Amino acid sequence: MADILLEMRNITKTFPGVKALDNVNFKVEKGEIHALVGENGAGKSTLMNVLSGTYPYGSYEGDIIYNGEVCRFNKIKDSEEKGIVIIHQELALIPYMTIGENMFLGNERGSKLAIDWDETHGMACRYLKIVGLNESSDVLIKDIGVGKQQLVEIAKALAKDAKLLILDEPTSSLNEEDSKALLDLLLRFKEEGLTSIIISHKLNEVAYVADHITVIRDGATIETLDKKTDDITETRIIKGMVGRELSDRFPKRPDADIGDICMEVRNWNVYHPVYTERKVVDNVSFNVRKGEVVGISGLMGAGRTELAMSIFGRSYGSNASGETILNGKKVVMKSARDAINNGIAYVTEDRKGNGLILNKSIKENTTLANMGGISSKGVIDRNKEYAVAVEYKNKLNTKTPSVEQLVSNLSGGNQQKVLLAKWMFTEPEILILDEPTRGIDVGAKYEIYCIINQLVSEGKSVIMISSELPEILGMSDRIYVMNDGKIVAELDACDATQEVIMSKIISMNEKTGGEV
Amino acid sequence: MEKVKVTEFFRKYTMILALVVVIIFFSVSTGGKLLLSQNIANLVAQNAYVYVLATGMLLAILTGGNIDLSVGSVVCFVGAIGAVAMESWKWAGTAAVIFVLLAGIIIGAFQAYWIAYVRVPPFIVTLSGMFIFRGLSNVVLNGKAVSLKNDAFIRVFGGGANCYVPDFIGKIFGIEKINVLTLTVGVLICIAYVLILFRSRGNKKKNGYEVKPLTSEIVKMAIICAVVLFLTYKLAMYKGIPTALMWVAVIVVVYGYITSKTTTGRYFYAVGGNEKATKLSGINTNRVYFIAYTNLGFLSAIAGLLTIARLTSAQPTYGQNYEMDAIGSCFIGGASAYGGVGTVPGVIIGATLMGVINLGMSIMGVDANWQKVVKGVVLLVAVIFDVVSKKQKD
Repeated sequence: MADILLEMRNITKTFPGVKALDNVNFKVEKGEIHALVGENGAGKSTLMNVLSGTYPYGSYEGDIIYNGEVCRFNKIKDSEEKGIVIIHQELALIPYMTIGENMFLGNERGSKLAIDWDETHGMACRYLKIVGLNESSDVLIKDIGVGKQQLVEIAKALAKDAKLLILDEPTSSLNEEDSKALLDLLLRFKEEGLTSIIISHKLNEVAYVADHITVIRDGATIETLDKKTDDITETRIIKGMVGRELSDRFPKRPDADIGDICMEVRNWNVYHPVYTERKVVDNVSFNVRKGEVVGISGLMGAGRTELAMSIFGRSYGSNASGETILNGKKVVMKSARDAINNGIAYVTEDRKGNGLILNKSIKENTTLANMGGISSKGVIDRNKEYAVAVEYKNKLNTKTPSVEQLVSNLSGGNQQKVLLAKWMFTEPEILILDEPTRGIDVGAKYEIYCIINQLVSEGKSVIMISSELPEILGMSDRIYVMNDGKIVAELDACDATQEVIMSKIISMNEKTGGEV
Repeated sequence: MEKVKVTEFFRKYTMILALVVVIIFFSVSTGGKLLLSQNIANLVAQNAYVYVLATGMLLAILTGGNIDLSVGSVVCFVGAIGAVAMESWKWAGTAAVIFVLLAGIIIGAFQAYWIAYVRVPPFIVTLSGMFIFRGLSNVVLNGKAVSLKNDAFIRVFGGGANCYVPDFIGKIFGIEKINVLTLTVGVLICIAYVLILFRSRGNKKKNGYEVKPLTSEIVKMAIICAVVLFLTYKLAMYKGIPTALMWVAVIVVVYGYITSKTTTGRYFYAVGGNEKATKLSGINTNRVYFIAYTNLGFLSAIAGLLTIARLTSAQPTYGQNYEMDAIGSCFIGGASAYGGVGTVPGVIIGATLMGVINLGMSIMGVDANWQKVVKGVVLLVAVIFDVVSKKQKD
């Protein structure tokens, strides 16, 4: 057996209400590239955050054994000192600093009182050469492309004397050519003895570079595949990723009564709000029927949220174009207010960031999107407001002593119910639910599903965006699969399986990802 | 459970308790001079501008801890053009007042436009405004003082020697010893307050709203009525209601109502609590910023009128540090430096606390520079308390 560089033993990490990692075991050999795969939310990033000390020792259970010794990292700096360096999915570079300054940020050359800029740039140049980046170290980060920025990140990691490099979705924002170059760079480093862990959704890339593949599902390690002994194919990996039983975690909907098309979106295009030449939603067309649950599946970054928010009164992106047709009539919605007035509600995936006002009461959050409903001539009828809040609290079974309770004091599931209540009070015809069950426990999930069923049985339509395949399959009447800003498949619920959806996403990746 | 209630009580009423402590302290250390009728009247007249500006500042701070540094300069500038209109151009008082209010609104809207729609940071826009309008004040006044001779204007906006609301009730009955109007107003306020409170309790009960225990409400009611009656009695024993108090009262009541009872008021809190969520709820958040800063221009104009009327002149140095008094009052009064939290009653307490400290120290003869030091310390302590108490909650 080869040398083991890192072993994570029986790692368990719980967040309030959720067990993110459950007794995970993970071994990495010296000088290999080890891939970590799994669905969104399976626990990959959490595991890596435990390893890097982002979650300090004591906040999890289990042992980290690195180079034969048990490690107790309290902060990122501790793990970096041992040579464990993590490169996050969102690049952590500062746009208005030069390449050299960025590379040695927090790792400055010279003394505390006098930075040695000659040494900084000299070393920066040396590492840039190693990663094959042909740029001067005093170029500003904002002036180089994303692909080059990724290389700077790697150079930065190497400058910290990395022995174990962790890359979280390193190619997610790179094009085909840059991705290939990056993967080849990793292979070259492997020859030179560097160990890497790569987290990726792109299974073709994983199959290309990895020596071992560990599959994580629902916070537990499922299996580790060895390139030498196992037959590593994408279908094999997918089986490991999704292979769980669909039990009755979803409430049955008695004979769905699906009516006519109530909303249709045609040729919808949206560009990134900052990088206005980057297309985020690419010529998307879809429709929704009355009383129907339409699922939109896809990986993170596929453009689902961007699609939903841009339809919801252009709340995301720039230069949105295309048609929205409601009940046969062409409608232009320029603001969230327009969308609400047209009977559309968007329940955000980010309930703390975009959904709720945490330091306000349940009551005030419930009525925020429909103040007209509880006021006349701009004067709030407090009694009516209270009555409305209580009505929705009872309807959705929100567990709280009083509607005067601050939303920040509620559990995730109950917060989600308040968010739903807020949008149900706008009396919409079409509800777009973006990751409606993210980060909430199983019981609350079931209740949310029941609410969805109740809504459609009242003749409303629901568009449900979700990264969880079982949820999409269990709840939807019809499923659209999105990838890279496009709709790549439309499936009837009865034809869809986890494997089919995954393979639709993967095969698209192959087409765009090229012949790596 | 009891312990939680006690800490909750202290957290909620800290500033009121602090105010009480400060009043007791200065009453003792000034040998009771602080609570002389004349001093109470002075407290109101001298701080009228603080109440007016702090009310406006609260709206800006609610949107996310945003402040307006220009109000002092704007007060000075609009005061200057008002004085020039009345004295140099010989305009009628009413015309000049309308002119000043319009100027305030336009200045406010000008700054608000950049803040709300172009999203230039408020700090920068209002810092620029601070320079611009201070400079323009000098230009308008030629660097000199313009003294006001329009008596009607001065009387209405509470300046000069004759700055009290005339006691027409007392005149009818020929009572001169005490100001009957003031006493009547005090009693009417108490009656109105009690009636409103009981009506709202009844309404709440009818709608299944939970109500606070009757005894605690009655205690609170009794305390507030006692304070109101005490103050009006004190004022009645002197010359009556300072005219400036009338303006302050109107503004405080109107803005108190707007912030607590109207949808527009709710939007200020919502934007400060979570702007993205507010925007996605279909609320025009740009307009909320625009209203906040335009309104500050309007209230600066009112403060400008009060200032030139009280000092019966306009000078290029007026209004200095007014912005700091207003900002300080808001934070001492419990407004959050992150936005979304704060009330008009809280701001009144904050402004009064600052006013009492100023007045008390002046009576004691404390050096003006040390007064500034004390004010600074009070502000810092108030905000530290706010930040720390929030952390404990998390």
